[in-house]
Amino acid sequence: MKTIKILGTGCAKCKATEQAVKDAIAKNNIDATVEKVEDIQQIMEYNILSTPAVVVDEIVKIKGKVPSEAEIVEALS
Amino acid sequence: MFDWLQDLSDWLIYSVFTIAQSSKLGDALHFFVYDTIKILILLFLITTVMGIVNSYFPVDKIRNYLSRNKLFGLEYLFASTFGAITPFCSCSSVPLFIGFVKGGIPLGVTFAFLITSPLVNEVAIALFIGMFGLKATLIYVSSGIILGMFGGFILGKLKLEKYLSPWVQGVLANASKEDDLEEEKQTFSQRLPFIFKEALSIIKGVFWYIIIGIGIGAMMHGFIPTGFFENYISKDNPFAVPIAVILGVPMYSNAAGVLPIIQVFVQKGIPIGTAIAFMMAVVGLSIPEATMLKKVMTWKLIAIFFGVVAFFIILSGYMFNLIL
Repeated sequence: MKTIKILGTGCAKCKATEQAVKDAIAKNNIDATVEKVEDIQQIMEYNILSTPAVVVDEIVKIKGKVPSEAEIVEALS
Repeated sequence: MFDWLQDLSDWLIYSVFTIAQSSKLGDALHFFVYDTIKILILLFLITTVMGIVNSYFPVDKIRNYLSRNKLFGLEYLFASTFGAITPFCSCSSVPLFIGFVKGGIPLGVTFAFLITSPLVNEVAIALFIGMFGLKATLIYVSSGIILGMFGGFILGKLKLEKYLSPWVQGVLANASKEDDLEEEKQTFSQRLPFIFKEALSIIKGVFWYIIIGIGIGAMMHGFIPTGFFENYISKDNPFAVPIAVILGVPMYSNAAGVLPIIQVFVQKGIPIGTAIAFMMAVVGLSIPEATMLKKVMTWKLIAIFFGVVAFFIILSGYMFNLIL
């Protein structure tokens, strides 16, 4: 099982990313938990410059954009 | 370049909808149709060009460049210019700020980036070309960059590190030069679909602001007599610029919403420098931005930051009035 973290301070793009990730894992039957990280101090521990970001098992896979379904599936494989 | 569009709007409003050519409604509708289509075309062109630039100079690369190279004062110019070419999203300003501090980039240089980023961006440039022409756009962009440069330089000289939030000071103490980035090796044609997708999503994000902005602008265009505002803000009033800036700071809108209205202000007699100073204050400084920055700065630092930037906006307002 994979642990997915969505990093974002609560802007519209971050919410869109959370939804996109949830949709993608439901649609493709991927076994994963999704957690939203909104605290800026925690976010900055991942050393990113732009939000939203998608972290899979503590590795930053996508940053600075709302990912497409294909990108999410690729990040999870 | 847009003659065909003029003809198209004439035909649509006066022939298809059969609205009298000199009526107020006809004026307003014509303005709305013409401006909306023109702006959307320009927006698509500029966001695509900026998208291409950004694809080759992502913000991570810029940060690492600034962090590793000694630039002998030029770093303020570079940071400010980079701020202009990166797309601005208010929700990214805090991670960006911390990311820069973490990379060991001096506070003043970080501020230079942070000042220019909301002022000069693809949306502002597209709207500016459409409404005020190329010359005014060039002056706007260069004064935005100069403003960020001087603002950042002065803020850097003020030694403000002690006014950062305590946890940010911790980050500052552990700042280190950034490692090399993995270069994304993609051909231009591989990048292009993503660039178009991004351009469209930027346009989608500001679409309603533009429609509403141009809508309000069109109504003012059709129904407010030329010279109307001069009764209130006279050209000779030496305090017009600072008053416009003070009014603009608490307000917030992006360039897309505020520029169509600014254009009408100018057509109806407000000096362009005063109008642009107002716009810069609305776009660059705002209460939502202040609350966001509160996560990394004390109120005192936010006040100094806003004060210095407002001062330079007022200066450039006077400058615009002199040269345009």
